[in-house]
Amino acid sequence: MSGLLPLAAAVAALAAVPLLSPPDYVMHLLITALLTALAGTGWAMMGRFGLVSFGHGAFLGVSAYTMALLWNFFGLSPWIGVPIGVVAAAGAGALLGYPCFRLRVVGHYFALVTLAAGEIVRILVTALREYTGGSLGMTPNQAPPDAAFAAMQFSKAGFWWVALAAWAVGLLAWRLLDRSMSSKALVAIAEDEDAASSIGIQVTREKLKVTLISAALAGLAGALTAQYRMYLNPESLAGLGISLQIVFGAIAGGMYSPIGPTIGALITIGLEESLRIGFGTEFTGAAAFSYGILLVLFMLFLPRGIAGLLERRQRPAARARSAAAGAVPAAQPPG
Amino acid sequence: MDPFLLEALLNGVLLGGVFALPVLGLNLVFGVVDVVWLCYAELVMVGMYAVWFLHVQMGWPLALAFVTCLPILAALGLLLHLLVVRPLLAAPPINQVLATGGVLFVLQGAATLVFSTDFRSLGVEMPPMELGEVFVSGTKLAAFVAALLGAAALWAFLKFTYVGTAIRAIARDREVMPLMGVDPKRIYLIASAVGGGLAGLAACLLVVQLDVHPFVGLSFGPITFMICVMGGLGNMLGGFLAAFLMGLIVSTGGFWWNTEMSYVVAFLFFILVIFLRPQGLFAR
Repeated sequence: MSGLLPLAAAVAALAAVPLLSPPDYVMHLLITALLTALAGTGWAMMGRFGLVSFGHGAFLGVSAYTMALLWNFFGLSPWIGVPIGVVAAAGAGALLGYPCFRLRVVGHYFALVTLAAGEIVRILVTALREYTGGSLGMTPNQAPPDAAFAAMQFSKAGFWWVALAAWAVGLLAWRLLDRSMSSKALVAIAEDEDAASSIGIQVTREKLKVTLISAALAGLAGALTAQYRMYLNPESLAGLGISLQIVFGAIAGGMYSPIGPTIGALITIGLEESLRIGFGTEFTGAAAFSYGILLVLFMLFLPRGIAGLLERRQRPAARARSAAAGAVPAAQPPG
Repeated sequence: MDPFLLEALLNGVLLGGVFALPVLGLNLVFGVVDVVWLCYAELVMVGMYAVWFLHVQMGWPLALAFVTCLPILAALGLLLHLLVVRPLLAAPPINQVLATGGVLFVLQGAATLVFSTDFRSLGVEMPPMELGEVFVSGTKLAAFVAALLGAAALWAFLKFTYVGTAIRAIARDREVMPLMGVDPKRIYLIASAVGGGLAGLAACLLVVQLDVHPFVGLSFGPITFMICVMGGLGNMLGGFLAAFLMGLIVSTGGFWWNTEMSYVVAFLFFILVIFLRPQGLFAR
């Protein structure tokens, strides 16, 4: 397991970050980046096999609201609530994925079904305002100081470690999937579903498996984000807007590389913060505008994202070979 | 019959008329160019701002603002095709959809920067009309009639003109038509311009009923896509019928329950339709 060594080393090095006692603002950005990266990693788990979802916000929302409602109404600690939320998100993934895959809903149709699902969750959260606070959002109850740890409400450093662990889980899941037969099967499915099924690949099961993992990771990101912010609202945890933002991060960083979504999260957060400083009150418009321009440019010139760029730099020999064979450099797996 | 239910049904039909135009535009572009414009509702939003700006800020007569809105949006459709869609024609469909998703953000962001997030209202309201026992908003009725006229004009264009015939032919078989002497590039341009123009017409009908703000597209965009898929992507007649079906579901859902839940019901209905008839409700 040589590939695990760099990950373990990176996690160990990153775990020491709070010891440098960086300013709160920097800590906040780093935690947000890790959680954004986790959501993007979850999305890219499916996206790289041509299962493009425009509704991952739904999984963030299902998990985050499950956790927060359990805490506010039943006093169930997020230590238990977050896993339950993750299971709920995976359940939502199964509910959506199983019929889709069974009935061969693919391509545009799959993307639009997930879009509908994301909107359903957003509207439901808004409509159930008696419990969820509707579009005004909700705040998890503050725990008394002596019970703060039990309620997963701790300092920035504490949250950094939680977020770091969650992020590592995401990368680990990616790695485990890549080493399994499932990833080979999924590549075959993305290439040609009928051909894959004719050689004995269980298309529905493989797709469902990766959807469950993807939804669970997105759910973990959603619940932890809500717990970290101590604030939930339907716009930032469900619906088309946030779903497209997740997609943007994963695409910009590169969805075919495990580290891609993390690079994407750093770009998104960095961009957002510099625009916030540069534009002040006009920040929202400027941010959306630059996201959009970048997304278009990435699609036009760099569909494999920043990570794809690094890949090509690293392996000029491979590129020369593929060029000699008449292949297009940075060829896309069809999806 | 309960007059309130009757009113809900009537409003559903009127709402369907409003949904129908963007659905036709999206279907036209998808059927011909084979690309989903994820930013279609945002194009409509730009059109709504154009009408508002020309009428309220510049003091143009409303009719002139409406007439100007159409070519502006047609040009925007052309621009979208030339700058974003054409370079990606050979790319995987997902890349195309994501790029037009990027345009969605660009348009929202630009609208926020230029017009801020304030809600802008045209302040035009026609007197309600009495039809038997129920009252109908005159504005909605006028918009409905205009939508039907627009749809009829599109139908006539596709049916009776040479270019229209070429568009239908390309939508049916994009391999053979180039061999018959039709230049697909030119047809793509025309379809994109017409698709943009339909967004402009939809904008004129919506701006009299809804306040404009940069995120107004999100309120009718998702349901527009769902209607297209329900009718069968690229199937004009199917989309047209599905628009009325969805309008009825939303308005009667609002009658039985409330407006928000009616959208949940409509979206669930959509998902169910996709599971049962993935090729669309009205596929042959």
